[in-house]
Amino acid sequence: MLNMFSQRLNGARIEAILLFMMLAMFTAGAYASDAATTIALPWWGWALALFFTCFVLGIVAVPSGVGGGVLFVPIVGGFFPFHLDFVRGAGLLVALASSLAAGPSLMRAGLADLRLALPLAVLASASAIAGALVGLAIPSNVVQIALGLTILGIVVLMATAKKSEFPVVPVADKLSIALSMHGYFRDTAQNRVIAWKVHRTPLGVFLFVLIGFIGGLFGVGAGWANLPVLNLLMGAPIKLAAGTSGLILTLASSSATWVYLNEGSVLAVIAVPSVIGMMLGAMIGARLLHVLKASVVRKMVITLLLFAGMRALLKGMGVWP
Amino acid sequence: MNERNEDNLLSEEQRRYATWLQWGARSGLVMLIVTFIAYVAGWLTPHVPLEQLPSVWGLPVEEYLKKTGAPTGWSWLSDLAQGDFASLIGIAWLSASSLFCLFAVLPIYFKRRDWVFVVLCISALVVQLLAASGMLVAGK
Repeated sequence: MLNMFSQRLNGARIEAILLFMMLAMFTAGAYASDAATTIALPWWGWALALFFTCFVLGIVAVPSGVGGGVLFVPIVGGFFPFHLDFVRGAGLLVALASSLAAGPSLMRAGLADLRLALPLAVLASASAIAGALVGLAIPSNVVQIALGLTILGIVVLMATAKKSEFPVVPVADKLSIALSMHGYFRDTAQNRVIAWKVHRTPLGVFLFVLIGFIGGLFGVGAGWANLPVLNLLMGAPIKLAAGTSGLILTLASSSATWVYLNEGSVLAVIAVPSVIGMMLGAMIGARLLHVLKASVVRKMVITLLLFAGMRALLKGMGVWP
Repeated sequence: MNERNEDNLLSEEQRRYATWLQWGARSGLVMLIVTFIAYVAGWLTPHVPLEQLPSVWGLPVEEYLKKTGAPTGWSWLSDLAQGDFASLIGIAWLSASSLFCLFAVLPIYFKRRDWVFVVLCISALVVQLLAASGMLVAGK
């Protein structure tokens, strides 16, 4: 009883610290974005600020169940002095590195399935390339406006989408049978083997093409959309959907990263501190999973995204340059 | 076709893919950190001096390239002695991690005569190689 109380108190304290860190990040970011052109902050000052920001984003990304990329692009794009072309290149790398780090252990645990991922990833990768090419070809204010609208759409999706731990799939469809999209995984929480199959694959395939395009266009990765499509639409169990989403991301993000790299849109001084900060933060976030209240963190992230989405929209429209 | 069952939850290709992905990701991260330290510590002189970056990183990529003369495509490979380009090795390696995995599992699908996944695997390889080739260029 006392332990539970102490654990809850610790959780509340950590949530309060996180809230304070996010507020500090916002205030500093909003100030920096207005003053970026006048303050002569040295390069290492920005690199450190970026590292700190990504560290905080990494902590909240894990318990809120969103990928790092979707938080990174609107926040860094809105509140740092880097051009959106470089932010998107770094955003894809952040999404790629996070999914690469988690991918192998999820595959070994059977929570990321290659047979489910590969057909969807091929199409998502191809459309991510198209998205990246379009994103680099159109004016940045148009990309900012579209990014703002997309982030606000993601906020609505996050606030309203439900999860289903074990969705009911009465009959697997013909395409999923042809591609052998079925199998088993061990649910360690329940200590039993779960058999799974999927349905509505053709619609899922179409949506993955769209998600890949958006991921490449804005450099935001696609964990935010992969998960509901795999879980709610196709009927994959939630744990399998989360793991497989990351595996799909390793392929889709890497194809789009190549495009940004070849176009000269990846600056190491922006990308590397972001990747390291995000990965360290994600490690802390994973350890805090048992003390943090996921619903509280999720609400914090939704608020964060709402603000960042508005900022991107207003920046693109020239209202808040 | 699919050799998985309740006793054998992981297929051979899934195990091999995971192993290659792990080594690709780990080695890529080490490269990323080592080359970045060499870059910011000044052990490798950068093409664009670090102090000048704040005046150019707010420009659209086209203008940045014009102003700094930085290369596009794979040209940076010939300038690896410069810190900012050396740092791209880790980034390219991380991006190529999935390519290695696909090459590693392709023989398993061939051996099993799982032609659907042979085609899917080759398609994924073609997409990744096409993206990496630098042949696809965004036109402003």
